[in-house]
Amino acid sequence: MAIKVQPLTGAKPPASLSNEEILRYSRHLIMPEVGMEGQLKLKSAKVLLIGTGGLGAPLGLYLAAAGVGRLGLVDFDVVDFTNLQRQVTFGTDDVGKPKSEAARARLSNLNPDIQIESFETQLTSENALQLFKDFDIIVDGTDNFPTRYLVNDACILLGKPNVYGSIFRFEGQVTVFGMPDGPCYRCLYPEPPPPGLVPSCAEGGVLGVLPGIVGSIQAMETIKLILGSGDSLKGRLLLFDALGMKFRELKLRKNPNCPVCGTHPTITKLIDYYEFCGVRGEEAPDSNVQVPEITPRELKSRIDRGDDLFILDVREPHEYQICNLNGHLIPLGELTRRVHELDSSREIVAHCRSGKRSAEAVDFLRKAGFRKILNLKGGILAWSDEVDPSVPKY
Amino acid sequence: MAVKVMIPTPLRVYAAKKDSVDVSARTVGEALGGLTTAYSELRKHLFTEEGKLRSFVNVYVNDEDIRYLAKENTPTKDGDVVSIVPSIAGGCCL
Repeated sequence: MAIKVQPLTGAKPPASLSNEEILRYSRHLIMPEVGMEGQLKLKSAKVLLIGTGGLGAPLGLYLAAAGVGRLGLVDFDVVDFTNLQRQVTFGTDDVGKPKSEAARARLSNLNPDIQIESFETQLTSENALQLFKDFDIIVDGTDNFPTRYLVNDACILLGKPNVYGSIFRFEGQVTVFGMPDGPCYRCLYPEPPPPGLVPSCAEGGVLGVLPGIVGSIQAMETIKLILGSGDSLKGRLLLFDALGMKFRELKLRKNPNCPVCGTHPTITKLIDYYEFCGVRGEEAPDSNVQVPEITPRELKSRIDRGDDLFILDVREPHEYQICNLNGHLIPLGELTRRVHELDSSREIVAHCRSGKRSAEAVDFLRKAGFRKILNLKGGILAWSDEVDPSVPKY
Repeated sequence: MAVKVMIPTPLRVYAAKKDSVDVSARTVGEALGGLTTAYSELRKHLFTEEGKLRSFVNVYVNDEDIRYLAKENTPTKDGDVVSIVPSIAGGCCL
């Protein structure tokens, strides 16, 4: 059943648009679904973007282009070269600059008529409520679980909608949380995955255009909320599979026993979200496995000395093609099945890209009875830094 | 009952890269059991050591969350689609 969204902004919209604004937004104004009334709603709307990365890029661009009168950009990170594959607000010249500031500059150039504030700060339980209170809609473009739960809880406590989008490799999810009588993030996922259980870096990476699509859908939902048009994703979880090019929709119910948005909430203030997600302290299985190590320099000198070492590469085949140390390739996910390819009487040095997956491999092999096995500390990245800079980093 | 189980991206590597698997099952529990019998590496990602469905993995029959139906005892019929929808947070892992 279609859900009609009530227009959100309580304050009276500004009285008028300048001639220049009328020309800029003419393609909105000639649509009966927007018109002058709708454009004025956009002008008086205040939207806070949490994250100015992959999702934040299309969000910022399209909300600025649409004439959202006040945009806040929250991000404490700095533009990295590897961001440019998908964070399209930034240019090569922005590498090294604070993201919130680089985004602010780009969006101001796109639309100098709107007010854009950058908050170069980490969102925390100490500042979230203060930061959120002056905005109408919060848009979640973050990349980690603790912040998602923080954004959710802060929005519920303040009664603000939370336009949620998340991605993984080539799959995305979008919905709108925090609407009156609507569900929240905890209704969908009461608990986060413990660290170390989410697929490892081998399954990481992301198709650059994916957050472009998902973030654009979030921008569309935000604009619809402001205008009061169409059917929002409140109560619906939109799933997007980019490879199959399929959209699916699942029903998202409000949990009456939800600890934060239910009928008898037990969470009435913000908590320590890192602790909740098990990132602090002893609840991190496998994420920092302690195994015997060898540094790249030590490995190089042993190879030069003529030591008989078996190099085991536990990365994926496509990574091997980028660069390799001529190791024997057994991807980590196949190690259980292919352990017979290894000779436990030989000394084995396992490596991956950064040393994390290979630490898991060494841990597994030691438990399987291998005694002469070492992890290459820092992986092939460290090899490039310390031994052979001609090996590309990725 | 012939049921299709949709495999989410993060778990496809443990299911021979398939995006869906057909199983014969009368309930959601049987469907997931059939899936993890065929692809045993999926088991630890879907279930705790005690055999409970992990709290950050949601399961749907068609478009309904099984937590609001009969959980793993939710009956399935021919042509039903069982979707596994884990929590995802971005291009980066924790």
